Amino acid sequence: MVDALIEVAGVEKVFSVRRKAGRLRRVREEVRAVSGLDFTVARGEMVGYIGPNGAGKSTTIKMLTGILVPSAGRLRVAGIDPFARSGTGGAAGGRLRLARRIGVVFGQRTTLWWDLPLKDSYELVRRMYRVPDATYRANLERCVELLDLAPLLDVPVRQLSLGQRMRGDIAAALLHDPEVLYLDEPTIGLDVVSKAKVRSFLREVNAERGTTVLLTTHDLTDIEQLCHRVMVIDHGRLVYDGDLTGLLAAGEGERMLVVDLDRELPPIDGVPGARTVKVAGPRQWLAFPAEASAAPLVAAVAERYPLVDLSIREPDIEDVIARLYAGGTATPVAGA
Amino acid sequence: MLYAAVATGSFRRYATYRVATAAGVFTNTVFGFIVAYSYIALWDQRPHLGGYDLPQAMTFAWTGQALLAATSLMSGGGIAELQDRIRTGDIAIDLHRPADLQLWWLAADLGRAVLQLIGRGVVPLSVGALFFELALPDHPLTWLLFLTSALLAVVVSFGLRYLVALASFWLMDGAGLAMIAGLAGTFFSGMVLPLPVFPDALAHTAQLLPWASLLQVPADILLGARTGADALRGLLLQAGWAVALLALGRLVQSYATRKVVVNGG
Repeated sequence: MVDALIEVAGVEKVFSVRRKAGRLRRVREEVRAVSGLDFTVARGEMVGYIGPNGAGKSTTIKMLTGILVPSAGRLRVAGIDPFARSGTGGAAGGRLRLARRIGVVFGQRTTLWWDLPLKDSYELVRRMYRVPDATYRANLERCVELLDLAPLLDVPVRQLSLGQRMRGDIAAALLHDPEVLYLDEPTIGLDVVSKAKVRSFLREVNAERGTTVLLTTHDLTDIEQLCHRVMVIDHGRLVYDGDLTGLLAAGEGERMLVVDLDRELPPIDGVPGARTVKVAGPRQWLAFPAEASAAPLVAAVAERYPLVDLSIREPDIEDVIARLYAGGTATPVAGA
Repeated sequence: MLYAAVATGSFRRYATYRVATAAGVFTNTVFGFIVAYSYIALWDQRPHLGGYDLPQAMTFAWTGQALLAATSLMSGGGIAELQDRIRTGDIAIDLHRPADLQLWWLAADLGRAVLQLIGRGVVPLSVGALFFELALPDHPLTWLLFLTSALLAVVVSFGLRYLVALASFWLMDGAGLAMIAGLAGTFFSGMVLPLPVFPDALAHTAQLLPWASLLQVPADILLGARTGADALRGLLLQAGWAVALLALGRLVQSYATRKVVVNGG
């Protein structure tokens, strides 16, 4: 892969937790949050990182930002190893150097100053990242325009709605021209309009600036609309890494052919590659693999049955993912 | 500079809590009267208790109220927020910034303290001076020494509270430790009674502990119990504790940020 911006090799994170075992006894237990994580992300890619709650998404992001130290493995972002002890700044040197090159948005937390006007937080960002004046002004202007922030700049953050605050947070993460933007559930709790605004902004940032984006989400529409590449993590392991179409195949996604016959008939059978899953009056549902062509199927049905009308339903990505989660680590698939 | 911006931002942030500040001024003033009348009763029975005459004792009482908010004697002050951020995992936000955690919070705490020194310090002390005979200095240099001492008091106080807050990285809930720290601060700073009032052994030991830097030292400079070289020795003691506590805070911080778990998803 050309110009890998994020390199993760054999990364593991083990937490040691104390668990109650009886009235007073506590036992120390090791919980493996992430294990054997291997992937690279090229400059300019936009990658969706999904998985059920507790799968290890946030742990991965925290390691990639340098605030959580991996138990094993190697990790580099923009050529920087955040955990290297050498260089200026001692132990925290790598983390601080990396911090200037990345932007982070945690959907459930805010980086903004709660009691002060939004623009004060931006002024602080400017000083914190030592953003040159011209860059700062240009970036702020762009964010204000695309995220509709103009009426909000003088409003104390505590008075912003969730959607407004999220837009404010995303702008704050981009004022210093980061090479990578991590978004941890950027659309959580937002209404449809706010979600659409955030998505179109992210698409624009990625396309125009070439900013590499890694986003975690539970909203699969985010992935469908934004990401060419999806990584699925479950129980701390990558169970899928590839494009969305491949994900459907990996999750044994099926398309559905819905046919209306001219009268009620017994379930259609003898059509190769399809099975009838439901009959309701003259209407019947035939499932067939997502990657197969529908044409021969339609021809086969039309040849033998009195076909009046038909429609094809695309596989539901939610179902596919649910199946993938349920399958757990049974079928690790390496994709594109 | 970044940390100057953090300090001013923090100052302005606390300035927005006008009702809280007004309520604080009222509380400090009322408590000033309560403590002052208690001291009057005590000094009536035992004149020159701890070597203070009555006006000096009154000054001590009102200085305590004036510094209470700025040095956060009895609570975490602005650092309670840090403790909360560690507990909820919001600390993740602070850690991914290209800024030093300790300097950031020190700057924020100084901004808060300056506001509270003005907001909650000036009024109670003025009210005290209006209703009681206080032993306030005539010389502007003494006032300057007092302000320096008060500022050092804030830094020492920050050093202590920062350590308490960092403990939350290991403790599930730091409230208990914060309570113990508040109690120690209240007693050993001289807030309950000036330290020289206690038996010699206790008084001498307490004078050397970091909490004495929070109230006993600045109050003694203001009311004239520490003058000349003695005042400078007081400032030196405060500066020593400030440096030692900040250094210890850095050590704990570097250990904490490498070892710990950041809470929450």
